[in-house]
Amino acid sequence: MGKPVFRVISPGLLTTVQDLGRPGLQRFGVSENGAMDTYSLRCANVLVGNEDGAAGLEITLQGPVLEAAGRTVVAVTGADLSPRLNGKPVPMWEAVMVETGDTLSFGGARAGSRAYLAVAGGFDVPVVLGSRSTDLKVGFGGLEGRPLRKGDLLESCPSPVQVETLVGRSLPPSVRPDITFYPEIRVVLGPQDGYFTKAGIETFLNSTYVVAPEWDRMALRLEGPVVEHREGADIISEGIPVGSVQVPKDGHPIILMAARQTIGGYTKIAVVATVDLGRVAQLRPGDQVRFQPVEVDSAQELLREQEERFRAAVTALAARARGSDSGHAGKAGTLRFRMKVKGRAYDISVEEI
Amino acid sequence: MAQEPKIAVAGDRAVLVEFPGGVSPQTNRQVRGMARALEENPFPGLLEVLPSYRSLLVVYDPLAIDLKTLNQKLTERAVAIETTELPPHRTVEIPTVYGGEFGPDLLDVAEYNNLTPAEVVKIHSRQTYLVYCLGFAPGFPFLGGMSPRIAMPRLDNPRRKVPAGSVGIGGHQTGIYPLETPGGWRLIGRTPVHLYLPQEDPPVLLQAGDHLRFVPVSQEEYYRISRAVAAGRYRVKITTFIPGTKMSRRRPSLAASRSP
Repeated sequence: MGKPVFRVISPGLLTTVQDLGRPGLQRFGVSENGAMDTYSLRCANVLVGNEDGAAGLEITLQGPVLEAAGRTVVAVTGADLSPRLNGKPVPMWEAVMVETGDTLSFGGARAGSRAYLAVAGGFDVPVVLGSRSTDLKVGFGGLEGRPLRKGDLLESCPSPVQVETLVGRSLPPSVRPDITFYPEIRVVLGPQDGYFTKAGIETFLNSTYVVAPEWDRMALRLEGPVVEHREGADIISEGIPVGSVQVPKDGHPIILMAARQTIGGYTKIAVVATVDLGRVAQLRPGDQVRFQPVEVDSAQELLREQEERFRAAVTALAARARGSDSGHAGKAGTLRFRMKVKGRAYDISVEEI
Repeated sequence: MAQEPKIAVAGDRAVLVEFPGGVSPQTNRQVRGMARALEENPFPGLLEVLPSYRSLLVVYDPLAIDLKTLNQKLTERAVAIETTELPPHRTVEIPTVYGGEFGPDLLDVAEYNNLTPAEVVKIHSRQTYLVYCLGFAPGFPFLGGMSPRIAMPRLDNPRRKVPAGSVGIGGHQTGIYPLETPGGWRLIGRTPVHLYLPQEDPPVLLQAGDHLRFVPVSQEEYYRISRAVAAGRYRVKITTFIPGTKMSRRRPSLAASRSP
């Protein structure tokens, strides 16, 4: 049985329970789902002492109002939707204590579109097909396959650590993703770049596109110059990796995201580099976006660097926890570490509050 | 083996293994053989395989395996397909009530093809179909083998709600909607059997490589089966062919007994 943590006073625009989704079941036609910006969800989780893939809330543009039904620790990451605790701004990328009766709410959407709320222990909803993620299209997972609604009582799994020891843990800016305006999204061309004319590929890589109003967890449609096909946009249906940039007959690119269908029959001009999927997830309707081609090796290297920074930060959080247990790191300040991961040295600083 | 597959980069954590040739049972058999070879003999860094008509999407962890090594491993496995034994294929019988409220487009399909509704039913139900792959929705089978004599383009305006179990025709394809979803196929009938089984492992009735037959049933039979399915008492008829013996064994399905 879970422990009650929040009562939903108002659900916000679209708030769902998400973890890292259901990889492995796509061959049965089950969509992957999971958080759109998995990196931000993972950051939120490690701040509150969870496994990085625990279930959190994905909060879209207009956040919910949640009343704490128990004492716990939370962290908010991803989009800056002006999180507040009892009306006062609350820091993001940091573990924050919440007392029974406190109100967690959100104000204006300052940057990005999807914030992630993690709670110590992770949100406890039934595991369906190996995941707690909400599949909105089919209607299962999360809270009965639907977004949060008024009156829902959210529960958490037991936290493996004393929640008090988590308070104040934060991730350094170097680990936080950069949500900039007019982002250049790095893409690996293919698998069907050969289906486009040379001019079509140049148009795709040299134009500024605008995110269309039809915008959901399945896909982002882009408006802008038409990408020209060589001959036809149809292929024999095949598996679609996350971040695929599909161009149907009308020549307007569509980026397929977490809730995409498993297989499809339109040409894919490119696939977004994994390291930039979070930035795509943070785009809003009306945002401008450009694409920058990268080789597979470079894309993988960028991912490796991000992953190593992340792991080093997690190690630093664990080191801090051990330090405070034995009473060595009691003083507020900045903890600095030099870490070696796979032969690379990293300078880590953890701000103590 | 005949021809080696082409391995195409699909982003920084997936490749598409594409077999030469168009849509054919032979090519699809290679895809399934490759998927099975990878499932039976995985390598570190292999995350997921997703077979479709003639290709296999292979998702990998780029932090665990580099592209060059991956390509080598996949090429090795492709060579081994010839010796990979696919499991004996199953023939799954799908009881289907045709026409009436269950198949509101049966008359249109008949008229479009200058046939009587009874002829459409006969042509549709005497064929054995191959499940090429699953996709679109949990448990939705992409079937091959429909007679072109009953083909008809999709509806211009898709229905907002197609009832679960609906059997439809879309162009030269036929299929079954596992769940109530929007859909543009011409509906000719409905089955009371559940294709999506969230409580089972795997969570679907049909699997790629299955053979499928539609067995016409009356409305009374449809309702009887429907009640049995709801009560968990219905067993889908699944015949497994044991290769070499030329004998078939009828096996009750453990699945298909719970509601989605």
